[in-house]
Amino acid sequence: MSTEALVRPHAVAVTIRRHAQEDPAWVRWSLTLFALAVVGLLVVVPVVNVFAEALSEGLRVYWNNLFADPDTRQSIFLTLTVVPIALAANIVFGLAAAWAIARFNFPGRTLLTALIDLPFSVSPVVAGLMFVLIFGLQGYFGPFLRRDGYSVMPYLISIVGVGLFILLFLLLRPSNCQTRKGFWKYPWLSVLTGSGAVFSLLLFVQLYFHVWPRNQSLKIIFATPGLVLATAFVTFPFVARELIPVMEAVGADEELAAVSLGASGWRMFWDVTIPNIKWGLVYGIILCNARAIGEFGAVYVVSGHIAGKTDTMPLRIEKLFQEYNLPGSFAVASLLTLVAIFTLIAKAKLERKFPTTANLPEPKTIETQL
Amino acid sequence: MASINRRVLPGFSLTLGYTVFYLSILVLIPITACFLKASTLSFHEFWDAVWTERARAAYYLTFGAALIAALVNLVLGMLLAWVLVRYTFPGKKIVDSLVDLPLALPTAVGGLVYASLYVQKGWLGQYLVPWGIRGAYTRLGIVLVLIFVGLPFVVRTVQPILEDLDPESEEAAASLGSTRWQTFRNVILPTLYPALITGFALAFARGIGEYGSVVFVSGNMPYKTEIAPILIVARLEEFAYSEATAIAVGLLVISFIMLVLINRLERWSMRHEY
Repeated sequence: MSTEALVRPHAVAVTIRRHAQEDPAWVRWSLTLFALAVVGLLVVVPVVNVFAEALSEGLRVYWNNLFADPDTRQSIFLTLTVVPIALAANIVFGLAAAWAIARFNFPGRTLLTALIDLPFSVSPVVAGLMFVLIFGLQGYFGPFLRRDGYSVMPYLISIVGVGLFILLFLLLRPSNCQTRKGFWKYPWLSVLTGSGAVFSLLLFVQLYFHVWPRNQSLKIIFATPGLVLATAFVTFPFVARELIPVMEAVGADEELAAVSLGASGWRMFWDVTIPNIKWGLVYGIILCNARAIGEFGAVYVVSGHIAGKTDTMPLRIEKLFQEYNLPGSFAVASLLTLVAIFTLIAKAKLERKFPTTANLPEPKTIETQL
Repeated sequence: MASINRRVLPGFSLTLGYTVFYLSILVLIPITACFLKASTLSFHEFWDAVWTERARAAYYLTFGAALIAALVNLVLGMLLAWVLVRYTFPGKKIVDSLVDLPLALPTAVGGLVYASLYVQKGWLGQYLVPWGIRGAYTRLGIVLVLIFVGLPFVVRTVQPILEDLDPESEEAAASLGSTRWQTFRNVILPTLYPALITGFALAFARGIGEYGSVVFVSGNMPYKTEIAPILIVARLEEFAYSEATAIAVGLLVISFIMLVLINRLERWSMRHEY
């Protein structure tokens, strides 16, 4: 399918009003009014109420509620650290998963696709609990992490190093088999020896120079890493689910052409794939971001509510609410509501202009994200 | 075509490997840990944790509230989709966007607002509480907030099907003398069943797992307004990890079933359409 086919001819999509499809005027009016009342009561009134309550004591108090309280300030900073990390991890995952699922056929493909939907139906509280069971004090790795948690870091870093090495190897490898010379000719051998070398070098450097503290506990639960893990779990489907149908609709023709003309995998990715899917990607990132900022249940379980330390913005709202500091609570809520409104505007703009899952010709995916 | 791709297009093993690696760390290992922890309990202990009186009350409330909210959403969603597809009115695009707000708005904000709207001094509560309708810190409050959270699902599943509906069948029905209501009831509605059921299932699944908003409006009284996720958190705060895990495993199994069901439904509704 070509890219032009993606942009749905709206003139056709607009339903041509025919007499047979028209309802009587009183039905039209009453249904429209009822629908407006439902949206107004369920959605508009709450949003207006957030801002009214937040600003009820004037702009000055509002400002102080947001930025004079050190714990609230800290919660904003924490959200601004946790969300970008989780988002970045999920973008990389989304690109990788979409490429593997939309471009190739392999056994277990359906299962993998279904697995990506899992966070939509798992209760966030259960998600948080799973991480507590692994990394919490009474969890499987808990005692070890408490005793000498940082001793895993050298190995972890080395494994990450090996991953980067393999990535670099695959990216730099000449795409044309005939021009491969030297060690490029023996990919498996080179990858294995190279990985071994990178792993031992990194490990040696870290152990020899004592980069990591010894016999200190590494906190994952009740600390930022746990928050990142929980947020990443709840939001990982968004980018992937957005990209898979877009990639499938765009088709592989242009990529095949690029590769057969001699482009490397890296070049093809940046010059062909990314331009084709960029609006779908942006759309997925916006949805993922909105959900990541607002995540409550999973984060609630892993955070431990240490004021000024592990409270993200939604958790801060809850804490202020429990302390009967309603204006403060609504002040934080108003910031998050602004993000939500921005998300909706961006989403509407993107849906009108660019191919996203919301207006792909077919196969039609039912839009249930966020 | 797929087999050609694998030989020509680069990055299959890299991307698939990374995907599986990421999913293992984030999903498979945690879920395994959850089931492993639950398996350390004997069946008796498991049953005692899962089937206490307090837990039973929480299940009834969780499923009851989610069911009622999903049913209400079924009707409201159908109505909204119909109005948004068939009618034109000023501000339609804004209303269309606003339907998505419950998805974009953090659940904590939703819960906070609903808790303050329906108390006696709240914007809506000042009219409703004198009539005896208490929409905050009651079961009604839980249902209300679940309706809010689940509102977009039915609308967004029905809307595309309704847009692509063939006008000719309606014309045929009209020319054969059926009234508008008969056409809707016998011609349009049956084609929407799969989408309606899918949207209902999605809203229901969301309602079962919802925590962030309910925690604000429910007041969390055991036996009365405590839903299952809140019970899990309460057990965790008592450091009763095994009991919490047992209940969590119960919920997990239900979400797996819902996932399979929704997957089937989506495929079914797609086959129905094309």
